[in-house]
Amino acid sequence: MQLEGMARALIGGALIGGAASGLLLCNGRIAGISNIFAGVLPRWDRDTPWRLAFLGGLLAGGAMLARVDPAVFGATGPRSLGRLALAGFLVGVGTRISNGCTSGHGVCGLARRSRRSLAATLTFMTTGALTVYVVRHLVGAPLP
Amino acid sequence: MTLVVAFLLGTVFALGLGLSGMTNPAKVTGFLDVGGTWDPTLAFVMGSAVLVSFASFGRILARPAPLFDRRFVLPKHQAITASLVGGAALFGIGWGLSGYCPGPALVSLVTGAPAAIVFVASMAVGLKLGAWVPGTPYPVERTIDPPPPAFDAPVAERVAATRR
Repeated sequence: MQLEGMARALIGGALIGGAASGLLLCNGRIAGISNIFAGVLPRWDRDTPWRLAFLGGLLAGGAMLARVDPAVFGATGPRSLGRLALAGFLVGVGTRISNGCTSGHGVCGLARRSRRSLAATLTFMTTGALTVYVVRHLVGAPLP
Repeated sequence: MTLVVAFLLGTVFALGLGLSGMTNPAKVTGFLDVGGTWDPTLAFVMGSAVLVSFASFGRILARPAPLFDRRFVLPKHQAITASLVGGAALFGIGWGLSGYCPGPALVSLVTGAPAAIVFVASMAVGLKLGAWVPGTPYPVERTIDPPPPAFDAPVAERVAATRR
C-alpha cells in the first residue's frame, strides 16, 4: 500500500462522507445510491427529480474523472459480460430487498448508528470476501 | 435549489469514488481478497467516509429541518430481518463477482465500457424484480414518511426519531 493510494483513499472517503452530509443537511435525504437509482426507474414519484439530478452529478463527476485521470476506472480489457450481467442482477435484487448498498448502509446507515445497516454491512462484506475467495482461490477463475 | 444541490453533491460523490479507488474493480476485489493478497486501502475510504458523516449526521439531524426542504426523509425500519440479511448477502456476492457496487458502476458508465453498461442494465432489472420478492420491506416509492416530531419537541426526542 503506497502513501499516495492511502492519501487518495482518505481524501476520496472524506468527499463521499462530505457529499452524504451535504445532502442530508441541505435536502434532508440519504445519499444511498441503490435507492436513488431505483427511484428513477418507473414508476416515478416526487423524489424522482432530485434523484435524477444527483445521478446527473454522478455522471458529470465521472466525465471529469475520465478526462483528468482515466486510470481510476481500472483496466479496460474485455471481461465476461455474462458474469457481469449475473453480478449486476444480484446487486440489484440484493440492494432492493435489503434496502441499501455500500453508500446507504455502509456510509449513511452506520453514520445514523442504524443496527440494520451494521448487520447489512457486515453481511455484504463477508459474502463479498467469500465470493472472491471461492472464485479466485478455489475455482481459480480470473477476477478483475 | 434542491436539484442544484443534488447535482453538485452527486458530482462531489463521484469524484470521491474515483479518487479513492472505488471505481476500479481490481482494487475492490483486492480489498475483498482477505484470504489472498489483501489490499486494505479501501477500508480507509469507508473509514474516512463514515468518520466524516458520523461526526456530522448527529448535528444535522438535531436540526428541526434541512436547509432546503421541510423535513428529513429517513428509513424507519429497525428490525433485522431475513430480507435485510439475505439481500445484503446477495449484494455482496454480486459485488465480489464484479468489483462493482451501484455508485461506482453508475459513474463508470461515462467510459462507455460494455462491462459497466451490462452491469447497470441488469442491476436495473434486479432492482425492479427485487420489489416483488416476498418480505421486501416496501417498494422504493414508499420509503418516505416518518412522522416528523413537533418543532418544539425536545432535541433528544427529535434525535431519537431520526434514528428509527
